[in-house]
Parts: sequence; C-alpha cells; structure tokens
Amino acid sequence: MTVERNTATTPIAASAAATEDAFKNDPTATLEGVKGKDVTKAAKALLKDSAKRGGGSIQMQDVVKIYPGANKRALDDFNLDIKPGEMVVLLGGSGCGKSTALRSLAGLEDIQGGRIMVGGQDVTGVPVNKREMAMVFQAYSLFPHMTALENVEFGLEVRGVSKEERRKVAMEQLELVGLADQAKKYTQQMSGGQQQRVALARALAIKPRVLLLDEPLSALDAKVRVQLRDQIRRIQLSTGTTTVFVTHDQEEALAVADRIGVMNKGKIEQIAAPQDLYQRPATEYVATFIGLTNRLPGASNGEEAVVFGQRLPLIAGSAKGDSVAVLVRPENLALSLPDQYDSKVGEHARVEVIHFLGSLVRVDTVITSSEFQRWNKGEQLKVTVQLPANELPAGLASGDDVIITPRPVAALAC
Amino acid sequence: MNETSTTSETTAVAAAASAVKPPQLRAARVRKQSIIKFVILFVTLAFLFVPLLAMLIFTLRHPLSGRWSAAPWIAIFTGNGESLGADLTVLWQGLGTSLALSVVTVVLMLLLMVPTMVIVHIRSKALERAIEWVATLPLTIPAIVLVVGLGPIYRWLSADVLNTNPIWLCFAYVILVMPFAFRAIAVGLNSIDVKTLVEASRSLGASWPKVFFRVIIPNLWQSILSASFISIAVVLGEYTVASLLGRMNLQVALYQLGQSNSQISTAMSLLALLFGVVLLVALDLISDAMRKSKEGK
Repeated sequence: MTVERNTATTPIAASAAATEDAFKNDPTATLEGVKGKDVTKAAKALLKDSAKRGGGSIQMQDVVKIYPGANKRALDDFNLDIKPGEMVVLLGGSGCGKSTALRSLAGLEDIQGGRIMVGGQDVTGVPVNKREMAMVFQAYSLFPHMTALENVEFGLEVRGVSKEERRKVAMEQLELVGLADQAKKYTQQMSGGQQQRVALARALAIKPRVLLLDEPLSALDAKVRVQLRDQIRRIQLSTGTTTVFVTHDQEEALAVADRIGVMNKGKIEQIAAPQDLYQRPATEYVATFIGLTNRLPGASNGEEAVVFGQRLPLIAGSAKGDSVAVLVRPENLALSLPDQYDSKVGEHARVEVIHFLGSLVRVDTVITSSEFQRWNKGEQLKVTVQLPANELPAGLASGDDVIITPRPVAALAC
Repeated sequence: MNETSTTSETTAVAAAASAVKPPQLRAARVRKQSIIKFVILFVTLAFLFVPLLAMLIFTLRHPLSGRWSAAPWIAIFTGNGESLGADLTVLWQGLGTSLALSVVTVVLMLLLMVPTMVIVHIRSKALERAIEWVATLPLTIPAIVLVVGLGPIYRWLSADVLNTNPIWLCFAYVILVMPFAFRAIAVGLNSIDVKTLVEASRSLGASWPKVFFRVIIPNLWQSILSASFISIAVVLGEYTVASLLGRMNLQVALYQLGQSNSQISTAMSLLALLFGVVLLVALDLISDAMRKSKEGK
C-alpha cells in the first residue's frame, strides 16, 4: 500500500534547480519521478535541509518488503517511530524481519510499499550512500587492504575531507573505542572484538544521523560481547546518535535499549521500555520471548483472574473467560512445603529439577493434579518457580511435594 | 592382604609399560612414506627436466657434425643469424607481436572479466554459475574446432572491419585465456566478503565507482595479477590459432625458423619457456610479499 504522496512535486521534466527548490520548501516532497543526476542533487538538498532541522528522528510507515521470488512479506505494514537520540533495539527470532527492517532503513533493500522518513524528510527514494547513516555489520565488514586508521578515515575520504582533518577525526574515534594504539594494524592482525570496535569507530567518524547496528556482537565470545555492548551504549549516550540495534539476544536488548521492539512475522508486536516489556507484555509472544514465563490455567473477568485459587490483577488488554491461560513469571510464584502451609489457595506440585544460579534458584516442578493435565491438552502441566537462594526450603530435593501459589502481581491473560 | 598384592602388581605393570616404549607405528609409516615421496619427486623432476636438458644440448651441439658451439645463442643475442644461414627478422617480428598481443589481451580480459564478475558475484549466484560454465568452455573445445568457428569471423574482420594485422588475434586470445582468468579472479572474490564490503562502503557514503576502485579492486589485486600473468603465459605459448588463421606470432615464427635453423628455434623456445617460468615465480613472490606485509610478519 502506498501512502498518499504529494503529487504537486512530480518534476519529471523540471530542471535540477527546480527539483532542489521543491525539496527545500516542501517537507513532504518525495523523490518519486526524479531521475538520473537530479536524484543526487535533490537528495543532497533534502538531507541538508533535514540536517538543519536537527535530523535523527525516524519514522517507518506501513513499510512492505517482499523479497524477489518470495510470496511472504518480510516486512508487513511495518511501523516504527524513533525519537532523536534514542536507542531502539529490534528483537526477534531468525526470519522475523528485524534485519530486513534495518536494511530497508539503511537503503540496502528496496521496499515495495510505505515510506521511510528521517528527520522529518522522506528518504524512501534516497540511495544508500546519500542517506548519511552508518552501519556496523555482524562481521567481515572492515576493508582488509586498509589499516584500522584508514578504515575509519574511509567515510571522511569519500566526503572529501582533507587528509590532516580526517586523520585527526579518525584518531579521535579510535581513542573513543580504545584502539588508538592499534591504528596501524590490518584487519587480520586484530581480534574479532577489536575489529568490531574499529567498525564502530568507522561508523561514528562520519557523524551519521542514524547509527545502524546489525547484530554487531553475535560473532564474538561471551565476555567480549558484554564489554562491547556496554561500550556501545556508553558511546551512544555520549554522542547522542539515534541508534537502531538489531539482535536476537534478549539479554543484550534488555541491557542497552531505551526501547525494545519485539518483532514477529514482519511486524512489531510491542515496542516499549525494557522494564515495561518485561512486566507488562502485550501479547503472549512477547511474554514468552522475553524472559521465562509459565502458562497457568485461570478464570478471568478482564480485570482480575483466579489462578490456583489466588486472585491476580490483570494487565490491560487481557482476555476474559472461565478457562484462559494466565502468563506468570517464575519469580511471581511462591513455593512452600505442605506441612508449613495452612492457606486454602495454591496447588500441589512435584519437584523435578533444582537449578542453582548463584544468588537465585530455579525449581522446575510438575503439577500433581490430573485436572490440569486435561486443560493442558493431555500434557503434564510444568511450572517453573524462581526464588532467592536463601528462601529455598532446606533439604528440598527432586520428587518432593510442594505447594505453588501465585503472588498478586499483574499478569497477562490470553 | 589380597588387596595389597593386587595394587603392587598394578604398579609393577605400570612401571614396565613406562620403561618399554610403545611401538611408534605412525613414525615408522612416515619414514617409509618419505622414501616413496622422494622417489616420486625424483622421477617426476627427471621426466620434466630431461627434455629441457636435451633441448639445451641440442642448441649447443651441432646435430650433424657433432661440434660443440654457442653459435645459436650468440646469433639470438646479437640479433644476427646470417652466419648460420637463418633470417631472424621473422623471429623478432613474431616476438614483438606476441608481446604486444599479451599486453592487449590482458587489458581486454581485465576490462571484460573484472567488472562482469564483480557485478554478477554481488547480484546473482545463478548467473555466476552460468558465467563460470561459459568461461570454462574454451578449455573443453579444442583450439582447432575454435578456429573453424573463428575463421569466417576473422575473414570478415580482416576484409571489412579491420585489417590482417596479427594484433587482432587478441579477440580470440581473450576467449582462450578466459578459463584461467576466471579461476584466478573467482578465487579472489571468494576470499573476501564482497557483499558486506560493498554494503559497508555504500553505507559510509561511497558512490559505485568509489566502491569499485577504492574497495574491490585493491582487494582483488593479487587475483588480477595472477590472472594477468597466466594470460601472458598462455598468449606467449599460443600456436594453433595463430597458425591456422595465418597470423605470425612467436610460436609460429619459431616453427618457421625451425624449418631453416632448428638450433636457433630451439634456443628461442628455451628462452620463451624461461620467461614464462620467471613470470610465474615473480607472481608467487609478489603475492607472498603482499600477504606478509599485511599480516605484519
């Protein structure tokens, strides 16, 4: 579906100068109908103009992407709105369209519908090298024939910056990522983490309006990943660059994002601050994708639900019904021994495995009553409980009988 | 009591085992194989070098009189074969043509192959396979069959479009060197992540020409060099096409000269061979040096 475009500026035959003017005066002008050399001129004028306005905000409106030969939409009326200086993480499993969204934003993919605005200007028709964005890829993106310093200088060289000036800027960027002493090294002489830091410096050197990170950490080992992730966030906060970060790693997303957009089937299911996303998931997909969750049977009136005899408040948008699934986080369940428990609420369960996670303990249990097995389509109803290690009843072992009670914390019913 | 005896027995066995070295089966096999390797290497080298040695002796020893002299070599290096009754102008002409042909062929080949292969590599894997198949065809089609097809085209080229100058053999030669050039460049393209490098440089603001000349070509430098050197070697050694199309090049000249003075012809063949070897060794040394400078060893 194409969004209504301003057809007043369709200067197919108009001169380049007129085209340029059209973009200066009309913020909703698009590049549709502009051909050949005019594209470059018009795009430059357009970007200069939006840079003056402060640039950096992103709107992706009803974007549709269909890969050639595919019948499924990789992006299906995809909408995303990012404020200047914000760091948004697109999170999702493989094939959910998160990388496609990023690549469409960068201009590396043609989109079949919708439009992309940066800094209030339509960049849908702007070629990738004129979008003033910079991208960090998963790996192997450094130019192997150049040193680290020359790599960082590349974007400036393309922009015609003088040799001394670009050397100075490049060294600053390398210092920012802590690699000033590696400036003369070639790609092959650096570790994976160092290479990604050079790639980051290279992207930041051109002072991009938007920084795009396409799974930049997934090829690194765990320790380096955490270090670099924190470094990226620190640098992003200090430079204030609008950043879109794509990852499949929820921990990474939770750690760095201002907001996380959880993607599924070419759409954003929910976009919210990490804490909101975790505590108030909008859909079952989001609840199960971020963190662990238990599907427990309950009865709901839309505002409250009864689970294992305990009343729980519900998140807005929850389903109503006598037999719904209520999604309860493992830390929102209490575990007690039957002989120390005298309340009527709660359900008996058998301990299967106890996982010690340092300060926390996670206990996998199976509900004893066969009533719930019917509800769970014949499968045993498994429930995971998480509690601080010092609250674990002493001597609890596999096979023991326990009682599980939900805590009155808001949950989602569906 | 029983227990202690068993433990002492075990220790005794262990001690014995550590004293007697276990049979070194692998080492024995490696020793045996190294002898076989040496024999094979020697036989192969002999097979390759005996004809060369024979050629060298042939140039130095007159086949009829059995007299030893360096006259053919002197004739080549002084450029005067009259004392031996041979006219060397054909040889110089052929050599000049072949050298010019190798340069023109390399330039044409690079202009044709490099951009095509880069674009296809980025855009379409299916098309890349098709091009690989087409580029390999000249290897499977015998030169003589190729000439049957090229004959009418060259007749038309020399009569109506261009002229009979042997330099126009370059078109046929571009086809002949294609399989070798394709392989060399494909190796280079596969050794770097072209797509990511292109996308990275595009997103940093580089135009397509900039991407091509600043990013892709410098990374393909080694492959381009090796494609060029192999092409030169092929062009310098080409006989069939030139001869059948009635054009003069080095090999045709050598053959003609061989009719009147086979010693000079053989000496010149040796020199051409030597030139080819020097070319390939230089290629190896240059690419090695380039790699080492980048790895910082």
